Amino acid sequence: MKLIRYQAPESAPWSALDRWSNLRDELNSFFDMPFWSGFGRTGQLFTGWSPALDLYESGDHLVAVVELPGMRKEDIDISLHDGTLTISGERKRESNNAETAQRTERYVGTFRRSIALPTRVDASKVGATYQNGILKVTLPKAEEAKPKQIQVS
Amino acid sequence: MNTLTRETRESDRSQAEQFITPPASVTEIGDGYMLEIEMPGVEKDGLDISFENNELTIIGRRSLPAVEGTLIHRESRPENFRRVFELDPSIDADKISAKIDQGLVTLTLPKAEHVKPSKITVS
Repeated sequence: MKLIRYQAPESAPWSALDRWSNLRDELNSFFDMPFWSGFGRTGQLFTGWSPALDLYESGDHLVAVVELPGMRKEDIDISLHDGTLTISGERKRESNNAETAQRTERYVGTFRRSIALPTRVDASKVGATYQNGILKVTLPKAEEAKPKQIQVS
Repeated sequence: MNTLTRETRESDRSQAEQFITPPASVTEIGDGYMLEIEMPGVEKDGLDISFENNELTIIGRRSLPAVEGTLIHRESRPENFRRVFELDPSIDADKISAKIDQGLVTLTLPKAEHVKPSKITVS
């Protein structure tokens, strides 16, 4: 779905249009997602901070990639419980009395994303890296979840 | 509005690069402004900041780590980031500084010296 922008040549500057382009991007991605996707991001549209999460699957790993710009490693919490991976954290506002906010579009505060993993993983071997604002969680699959060749004798 | 119509005209041509608009926060600090723009996945080399005609353009090109495996669920968008700001003429463009840390671009825009309020003494 695309919104067509009407281009009036002499309109007054409308700085609030940035919100509309964010809205357009969000609506576009909403329509790009398949409807059967069970991860239910729909409930989190327009409500607070919901960082984008991608999930990859290879023969022996699951990898979750989350966009978390401007955080500190210590403020990110990753936990695994009953096959559900939960990533949460808090972005603290470094308040300074000399500052006065003019315009804030960035979310400040806590976020929480949970995702039910499609296969069982070995919790003791989970690793994570945080670089350039991207959190990458590598979850090795549990032995019995890895694909195996079965020979017909 | 002019910047936006220019963006729309440019993006109508199919060969033009597609961008998304990242969220930004503007804070006034002391004698200037601080701009924070979220660009996850962008490294220092991927940043392109330019200033022309009172407009500050910040483009961030992502260099994402290759992940082995098939993508089974995607929420992120593959496009690069672009944000344009029209600057207050009181900002000294030569003294704009920028840094990037964990995908957060922070720009410091100091106001020009002569614009600061000065006391006028009555003779």
